[in-house]
Amino acid sequence: MAGMLNRCEAVTHEVLVGLFVGLLVLILCWTAAMGATERGGTLRIGMTAADIPYTGGQPDQGFEGFRFIGYQLYDPLVRWDLSQGEQLPAIVPGLSESWEVSKDDNTKWIFHLRRGVKFHDGTDFNADAVLWNWDALKNKDAPQYDPTQAGLISARATVIKSWRKLDEYTVEFTTTRPSSFVPYQLVYVFYVSPTQWEKVRRDWRALANSPAGTGPFKLTRLVPRERAELEPNRDYWDKKRVPMADKVVLLPMPEATTRLAALRSGQVDWIEVPPPDAIPGLRQAGFQVMLRPYPHNWTYTLALARPPWDNKLVRQAANYAIDREGICKSLLNGTCLPAIGEVYPSHPWFGNPKQRYEHNPAKAKELLQQAGYDGKGKRVKASMLISTSGSGQMLPLPMNEFVQENLREVGIDLELVTIEWNALTQRGRQGLQHPDNAQLGGMNISYNFQEPQSAFVRFFHSTSVPPVGANRMPYLNPEMDRLIEAAESEFDLDKQNQILAKAHEIIVDDAPWVFIVHDLNPRALSPKVKGFVQPQSWFVDLTLPWVEK
Amino acid sequence: MWGYIVRRLLLGIPTLLGVTLIVFSLMHLAPGDPISAMLPPDAPQEVVQMIRQQMGFDRPLPVQYWLWLTRVVQGDLGRSIATRRPVIQDIRSALGNTFILALAAACLGFTLGGTLGSLAAFSRGRWADKMFSAAAITGVSLPHYWVAILLIIIFSVELNWLPAMGMQSTGSESSGWGEVARHMILPTIALALIPMGVITRMARASVLEILSQEFVMTLRAKGLWSRTITRHVVKNAAPPVLTLMGLQFGYLLGGSVLVETVFSWPGSGYLLNLAIFQRDFPVLQGTILVLASFFVMLNLLVDIVQSFVDPRIRRT
Repeated sequence: MAGMLNRCEAVTHEVLVGLFVGLLVLILCWTAAMGATERGGTLRIGMTAADIPYTGGQPDQGFEGFRFIGYQLYDPLVRWDLSQGEQLPAIVPGLSESWEVSKDDNTKWIFHLRRGVKFHDGTDFNADAVLWNWDALKNKDAPQYDPTQAGLISARATVIKSWRKLDEYTVEFTTTRPSSFVPYQLVYVFYVSPTQWEKVRRDWRALANSPAGTGPFKLTRLVPRERAELEPNRDYWDKKRVPMADKVVLLPMPEATTRLAALRSGQVDWIEVPPPDAIPGLRQAGFQVMLRPYPHNWTYTLALARPPWDNKLVRQAANYAIDREGICKSLLNGTCLPAIGEVYPSHPWFGNPKQRYEHNPAKAKELLQQAGYDGKGKRVKASMLISTSGSGQMLPLPMNEFVQENLREVGIDLELVTIEWNALTQRGRQGLQHPDNAQLGGMNISYNFQEPQSAFVRFFHSTSVPPVGANRMPYLNPEMDRLIEAAESEFDLDKQNQILAKAHEIIVDDAPWVFIVHDLNPRALSPKVKGFVQPQSWFVDLTLPWVEK
Repeated sequence: MWGYIVRRLLLGIPTLLGVTLIVFSLMHLAPGDPISAMLPPDAPQEVVQMIRQQMGFDRPLPVQYWLWLTRVVQGDLGRSIATRRPVIQDIRSALGNTFILALAAACLGFTLGGTLGSLAAFSRGRWADKMFSAAAITGVSLPHYWVAILLIIIFSVELNWLPAMGMQSTGSESSGWGEVARHMILPTIALALIPMGVITRMARASVLEILSQEFVMTLRAKGLWSRTITRHVVKNAAPPVLTLMGLQFGYLLGGSVLVETVFSWPGSGYLLNLAIFQRDFPVLQGTILVLASFFVMLNLLVDIVQSFVDPRIRRT
């Protein structure tokens, strides 16, 4: 009898457990189903660009073109992993599954292409397509050569000398010198369907209306200066990255107040760069304000070959004079981070520089005294070329006036020479040694330091002096050249980072720039936007967000 | 009359040539260049030079101008440097968008201006005169981009009644003329303020001038109805107001750079603004040439209409 009771109890217990597990599974399935039905929606984005970036291949309009068109319609051979924001994005496989440097010759890189990838027009992505695209960008004799797109990638793919097909899905690139920076260069090159180009009668402009890349989105509508509509590529090769939103609408809105009004009135769900003074109000109204450091530097590039900036003590004094916290807190409502080097302190390249540029006017005055400036009868006089606006320039006028005031307090009289952004970039390209810039002490152009080429080679290597590069100051230091070359020829990432950190320490201590702030990449999103991750990057992964219906 | 029209049209040719020459010179005198705008700021100078050479910007300025002019005479405005789209395509769509906005703003501004100006004149010195005159001065004096921002804050952000930007719905819902009309309301109000103010003042002055003439006194002495007198007065006061309306419509067609930028309205003002920042010479020159042609034609049209309204002009 007791045994029977025990058996009954055991059966009852099993039934209860079964019921409980069943219920749990049911709840989980229901929750998942609810979650699944929430995904989708139309994500409307207010961009800062005044026109839709070029959609037929390598995008224009700077990194905004890469962010919203390039990485959405196309894929590079290797891509940035933008799915998290805690760490800097890593380079991961894209259209190539793997790659290696030839054991016999380290100027040869072999890329194994992903099989089964199709362009949006249904044709195959293969080695021929890769070669065709490189000819379009680098081979002036090829019928598909496009000088505009070639110009757009000229500063980004500098070491690739030649390319050839090893088999249907293997490509070999040869570089001008042994360079571990190759993946960092290939991450900016997108692949267009050659068949589609033929279909639009070999017209790159016409291709913009009906492009065929391999990316997670397809372009479904393009109205110049008004909108671009993207829809998910349901056959995307990476099933984990099929977009969550049903549609993305990109809207050019160059005016910050227009973007803000459009967000607040519900016309868009996402705006780039909201005005800093609107951020508390946006937060109060329940909008999501995204802020995160990314490779951006708002800086003064100094003319190092003439007084006063040829003196390291004066340059260091200027760096100690800046109240960076004040700029970020009182002027920019917390949308920036004080810059005490080219990269921010949590960055793997920051290293351990001797100079830590906190706001220290007394030290700045002391350094100026050592340099022979007493701050009264003999003050430092310099001019700085600045712009009224521009890509990555944040709020140039009030920021420059703030810095001017900081410098004045320690004995540096800075004359601000204001010109328009386009004119500033043209003068920047000429370099500070050019006769047009002979009277200038420096220029205020913001930069990205996304990868080693952008952060070190183009600014600090002696071979990058204009007209070939952006070493505008110019900064000529054999030790720096040696470190950059060592980093470029080091194929182990950790060791490479250590070398670059050493180079960065020298940059901070030598102070060829006045480091001022890092932008925090502000963007504001409607509370309905879910799933977005703000990476430490100029780019974003638009496959992640969706809009709650 | 036909001889007059042909003469005026022929006179328009040197005017247009002069306009293109001034625009061309000013654009090339200003610092910056289209290739710099097109390429990333870190693109090397040697690449910029190479593309400049490929696009023919290294040639002497008179040669560049002559090449452009010979193409224009053949009806080809060229391609945009920044977008590579045919300039005529961009102008067509932008001008179409500006035209509907200008027409709406003209209808609103001219109707209000004509009515308020006439009412102010007929009630000279009374409260209505003072009120309408104050409205006219306000319309002329207020910066319309500021009014545009104010309208957006009140009607889009706070009340959420009307869209803040664009000319179509931003989402996936279907867009038709109803949507365009909704999007037009705020920019139309902002844009109509200046023509309203200008026309009010001109209509008031013109009606007052006619009212002071002897023939009006004669009409009154003859005991005509006030409606008949008003008709005579308005008809006689119309020519200068019509001329001004023509000019104002020309300005509106030119597109307001500021209002179109604030509302992200993809019209000719927005296109011009973009072309200036990108130093996109073909777009800039093409747009200004087309707008100047419109202006010349509008002036001619106004003169012809005037000659129908006022027989004295026809006789001269």
